[in-house]
Amino acid sequence: MLNINSITETITMIQKEKLDIRTITMGISLLDCQDTDGNKSRQKIYEKINKYGENLVKVGEELEQEFGIPIINKRIAVTPISLVAGSSMDEDYIEYGKVLDRAAQEVGVNFIGGFSALVHKGYTKGDEILIKSIPHVLKETERVCASVNVGSTKAGINMKAVKEMGEIIKKTAILTQNRDSIGCAKLVVFANSVEDNPFMAGAYHGAGEPEAVINVGVSGPGVVKSAIEKLKGNSIDMVAETIKRTAFKITRAGQLIGNEASKRLGIPFGILDLSLAPTPDIGDSVARILEEIGLESCGAHGTTAALALLNDAVKKGGIMASSHVGGLSGAFIPVSEDEGMIEAVKIGSLTFDKLEAMTSVCSVGLDMIAIPGDTPATTISGIIADEAAIGVINNKTTAVRIIPVIGKDIGDKAIFGGLLGYAPIMGVNKFSCKDFINRLGRIPAPVHSFKN
Amino acid sequence: MEAIVSVIGKDKKGIIARVSTILYKRNINIMDISQTILKEYFTMIMITDLSEMTVSFSELAEELDNLGAEIGVSIRIQHQDIFDAMHNIDKE
Repeated sequence: MLNINSITETITMIQKEKLDIRTITMGISLLDCQDTDGNKSRQKIYEKINKYGENLVKVGEELEQEFGIPIINKRIAVTPISLVAGSSMDEDYIEYGKVLDRAAQEVGVNFIGGFSALVHKGYTKGDEILIKSIPHVLKETERVCASVNVGSTKAGINMKAVKEMGEIIKKTAILTQNRDSIGCAKLVVFANSVEDNPFMAGAYHGAGEPEAVINVGVSGPGVVKSAIEKLKGNSIDMVAETIKRTAFKITRAGQLIGNEASKRLGIPFGILDLSLAPTPDIGDSVARILEEIGLESCGAHGTTAALALLNDAVKKGGIMASSHVGGLSGAFIPVSEDEGMIEAVKIGSLTFDKLEAMTSVCSVGLDMIAIPGDTPATTISGIIADEAAIGVINNKTTAVRIIPVIGKDIGDKAIFGGLLGYAPIMGVNKFSCKDFINRLGRIPAPVHSFKN
Repeated sequence: MEAIVSVIGKDKKGIIARVSTILYKRNINIMDISQTILKEYFTMIMITDLSEMTVSFSELAEELDNLGAEIGVSIRIQHQDIFDAMHNIDKE
């Protein structure tokens, strides 16, 4: 039987501590939408997304009301478009981007992911065209998110793709410079990308996934922080235990919503992603959790260790609470989307290099970092190569979502708005890695023994 | 279906009476009720049975919300499953 304390705890988590379901993401396979005629293929894509997605938003809103927990985003992820569009005779895929945008608008979702290519070992014709189309698609659409996987633990790192993605990011920044280069906020470069990630901008529906699937992402940095606030002076063991217990409860709420959504939509439940995803709102920050653990400011020495503990405890607590855990599952550290991170950058506590170290123990990578607009493409490629190396060697997902804000420099601020937030421009290393990047080729897959 | 009605806000006369009246009119049974007052903040939790209710869930939620706005407290209704999921490990 429920007691009044449990009931008030849940109500406090939702009302005061911003517990929410961050996203219900429907994955839809578009593999049967291929056609040698691009127009026909796009017609099939539009119809299929509408057929599966038409009730997604409605069901999401129903669940939100009945269970009294906010469901912030309803989204769609599709098969990497390079696999679908590759059969067509088209010479660019901008129209494919536009049809995704129209379909997303029609069903009422705010983002659709899957303008993607997987090129960790090499390019197909479709990959080649898709990657070249990314800057224009991000300029001409509102809701489409793009991602490219450039490395994997089994395949190594494709340095041609690393070089090209540096250029693509730069081009996207230039094409969207009138809005602080916001196009780059919808573009992720991955190593070891996952097929069932419900979070944007990196969501796509992998080739091993079923026809359609419901994946859910939970959140709740505020809840974790409040739980730790009660532990002043206690040992770190207590902190880890408390995070686990809190993650368990949060995840159970997500699992319930996932099962209900799956039942009502008649689409199988895939996975629950138990990430701590911050927003720019006060009280919804991962950085503030780290500070609550005992750091004066996020970025201080000790930050990597505190984040490692947080990330691991979240996973441990969440895994038992859900029948299938997947996606990225851990703590996200997107700078512009986290009020505490923004503050830490402003006061000079959090630097680019510390963020890179943090990505070796957090769930994803260098995320939503604004850098000077005049940063050379090869330097961006160097950043991608470093981040991919961390992922490939450590057998984890890493990513780069970085925004060279055209016309802005250190001391300025980039404003993206909404959940994407705002960020002070951070400095990057001024020395060149051009000759390294221009060698192209592939970094071989790493050895999995002799670990030191 | 069972649902939890929670009322949180400054204590006033007649809160329980007015909430119960709505529930009674809509043919909803109150199975358990508990309340506490912390400083002047009033918290009331009702466990209710909606199986014979005569309106839809969303109409009921709106009616309670309007009453809350009128008397200046927050009144929410939520499916009991979310509380069970979070606090009862044996629940599917």
